[in-house]
Amino acid sequence: MRLLATAIAIGLGVIGPGIGIGMIGSKAMEALGRNPEAESQIRTTMILAAAFAESIAIFALVVALIIKFVV
Amino acid sequence: MSPHISIKGEIVFHLLGFPVTNTVITTVLVVFSFFFIARFYKSEIEKKDRTLGFYALNSFIIGIRDLIKSVLGKKTAYFFPLLGSFFFFILLMNWSGLIPGVGSVLIEVPIEKKVYSQVGVAEVNAVTTDEYAVEEEHATHKIPLLRGGTADLNTTVALALISVFVTQIYGFKFLGPRKHLAKYFNFKDPMMLFLGPLEIIQEFARIISFAFRLYGNIFAGEVLLTIIPFLLPAVLSFVVSPIFFLEIFVGVVQALVFVMLSAVFINMAVAEHH
Repeated sequence: MRLLATAIAIGLGVIGPGIGIGMIGSKAMEALGRNPEAESQIRTTMILAAAFAESIAIFALVVALIIKFVV
Repeated sequence: MSPHISIKGEIVFHLLGFPVTNTVITTVLVVFSFFFIARFYKSEIEKKDRTLGFYALNSFIIGIRDLIKSVLGKKTAYFFPLLGSFFFFILLMNWSGLIPGVGSVLIEVPIEKKVYSQVGVAEVNAVTTDEYAVEEEHATHKIPLLRGGTADLNTTVALALISVFVTQIYGFKFLGPRKHLAKYFNFKDPMMLFLGPLEIIQEFARIISFAFRLYGNIFAGEVLLTIIPFLLPAVLSFVVSPIFFLEIFVGVVQALVFVMLSAVFINMAVAEHH
């Protein structure tokens, strides 16, 4: 039962951030196509925004790890 | 048999009554290396012929300063000591979990037994006097001697508390207590009245999100680095190297995210309300 809870926690938890990071990447590429000169600024901002979106997935991962390894 | 993964840092020994965990030992080592790097930097500034290492270090520091300058603008010089220290400290702590030997060198320490209630003790005594085979509890267990610094929730909560408190203190200092509190307790119109407590709750949410973002990324990386070699045969153990490079990258990115987020919040707290 605990394994099921771990799998559900991490499985449902990464749906949102996955879609979010995909949208961030697509918008970044769109902006890059429009304005190739601002490449380094776009790249830095994209990595920053992706790290924020990923942290939500990390919250779900921590919950899954706690369920699995600490009762 | 699963590999040894522990959510929190394990106690290695006691010093003057305080428990010293393996993350504390790594943190002390990181602080010492920080001290030596800072001394090297200082001594190189005063020389005439500087080495390549100095210029490399200088370019990193200038890179961080430019990133913070894009957020803070003119006030960079005031906040750069704090934010720069955050960046390099968190970077070294994130990378300290990747050094060979950290997490793999084990030490055997006695388990601490806790007696929760007299009833429990009486029950245990009753069981051992029976003839059922009771497994003897091992008095010692093996734990890693060193563990990555930020892979402990205590460290990241401490860093998050420092960041959020410093934001508040600078808000008071730059704007004056009246204007700063006016952001939270606004009695002008009824809608702004409800935004005040929401902002206060958001400060606490920031502490939790800072702490868990950093802890989760680094701890999940450590778990990954433990599990993947465990699943693979020894012949294919080089396969873990992509994950290793990912962890180096994640260490940099998480330190960057912490510092940029702190800079943005400090900027919002210190800026004059339009």
